[in-house]
Amino acid sequence: MNIKEIQVPSFLRRAFNGRNAIISIPYLWLLFLFLFPFIIVLKISLAQPVIAMPPYTDLLKWGESWWPTIQASLDSYLFLFSDSLYIHAYLSSLKIAIISTILTLIIGYSIAYSVARAPTRWRGILLMLVILPFWTSFLIRVYAWIGILKTEGLLNLALTTIGIIDKPLIIMNTDLAVYIGIVYSYLPFMILPLYANLEKMDMSLLEAAADLGCRPLKTFWTVTIPLSLPGILAGCFLVFIPVMGEFVIPDLLGGSQTLMIGKVLWGEFFYNRDWPVASAVAIILLAILVVPIMFYQKSQEKAIS
Amino acid sequence: MKKFGNFNIAALVIGFSFLYIPIILLILFSFNESRLVTVWGGFSTKWYGELMHNQGIKDAAWVTIKVAFISSTVATLLGTIAGIVMTRFGNFRGRTLFSGMIYAPMVMPEVIIGLSTLLMFVSLAIDRGVLTVTLAHITFSMCYVAVIIQSRMSSYDDSITEAALDLGCTPFRTFMLITFPIILPAIVSGWLLAFTLSLDDLVIASFTSGPGSTTLPIKIYSMVRLGVTPEINAVSTILVGLVTVGVVTASLIGKRQKQQLAQS
Repeated sequence: MNIKEIQVPSFLRRAFNGRNAIISIPYLWLLFLFLFPFIIVLKISLAQPVIAMPPYTDLLKWGESWWPTIQASLDSYLFLFSDSLYIHAYLSSLKIAIISTILTLIIGYSIAYSVARAPTRWRGILLMLVILPFWTSFLIRVYAWIGILKTEGLLNLALTTIGIIDKPLIIMNTDLAVYIGIVYSYLPFMILPLYANLEKMDMSLLEAAADLGCRPLKTFWTVTIPLSLPGILAGCFLVFIPVMGEFVIPDLLGGSQTLMIGKVLWGEFFYNRDWPVASAVAIILLAILVVPIMFYQKSQEKAIS
Repeated sequence: MKKFGNFNIAALVIGFSFLYIPIILLILFSFNESRLVTVWGGFSTKWYGELMHNQGIKDAAWVTIKVAFISSTVATLLGTIAGIVMTRFGNFRGRTLFSGMIYAPMVMPEVIIGLSTLLMFVSLAIDRGVLTVTLAHITFSMCYVAVIIQSRMSSYDDSITEAALDLGCTPFRTFMLITFPIILPAIVSGWLLAFTLSLDDLVIASFTSGPGSTTLPIKIYSMVRLGVTPEINAVSTILVGLVTVGVVTASLIGKRQKQQLAQS
């Protein structure tokens, strides 16, 4: 019998053609290692902590009967709302993320603008200088600031030597140190999308505005800024979303009074070993971030196509 | 623009000082004779010598290189396929979810990714170790590779591959002879980025590693928590140096290739 005569159902044939096989390799990988874990987090956030390994109760309990009973509890979520620490931590993360996004935007825009308007032969090397810190370890770049900002650190040493101050400034372990750390670490993420946008801007529009008698500053506000809005949005998303859950910077540069939800989650997991509460913290953070993440995805898809 | 404006020069000087002074000071003080970070005690390379005797750091470095090499290689393979699927496969079912899973890990806070990946490994009773760190690193770095490949794929003319297919070339041969050489620079930079992302990651590795799979960032982090020491400066300087050499070489290769393409 010829092998071709065997009737294969059409839906199976469609499912197993080469095209779908190629799509399914990265697709299944991400489904299994990126999406599926969130379902587990949701499941564990509904469990209760126990002293065991793993330290949480099973959602399904197999008793005498043929079907399992579901033992979901909202205790972890109720706990988050009953203790003001968690609400404060979310709000404080939001505040820090918003302020540092604005600061990063102002500084990043000036640098991106200056690189994009630099003489053509300089642009490559300047862009390279922006990208280089982005490749350097995050941890190392945050660590570098400890030696500078410490009370007996290099900044205070320099300022007292010059004579600007006579008492050392207390910056380390304050929110100010956290802002410095965030702006410093996330600056390349802001500059790159802004530069990509500003560099391909049609200069004839700016010339037209100048020819018609518009002052440079007004041209900047009414032409350059609105045209660079996609770059501004992309940069702000790239900074705001990860900063909301930032752990390393508040942990190393911030003080005990610096509340950020990433630090709280870390503490619940590693120090308190309360996995259900850590999961609930993650689920709520995810719920806050899901809308910005979707906006970011839309803006990126538009930028590439 | 032929010349720099005054504002532009000021912004660039201040901006780049802000970006580079901390790193330069970090490197400078790794050559400090004195143990105190703020007191210059003369030039010395003794902290580098001491690193060579620190077995903990050497073990961690070896684990990190192993994880980074394997994860970046697999991530490049998966990410390249994902980038091609995103640009050349039209509107397949579940495309929105797919692109969501590509873009989300790049902005998602690391604590969420780390926690969720770990909880999945625990619920499947997979022991934490080199394998779990590697799998977690592949997952987030393949997304960066996919985006790099995607932007390269969408910026070149698809009609040459169509011509090859019309003239009877098989899809596989078309890929090897036309698409692959065109996107090769993007594949190389994707691999490099995946490698450094894995080399740098602290948060996700902290969640997914177990005893015996301590990576270099985890080791450095535990040292930093105890205070600033010249040894940390020394190991940081080595890492910064390696990354700089890698990135500069890669960009020079890319530039040369562009020039060759322009000449031919």
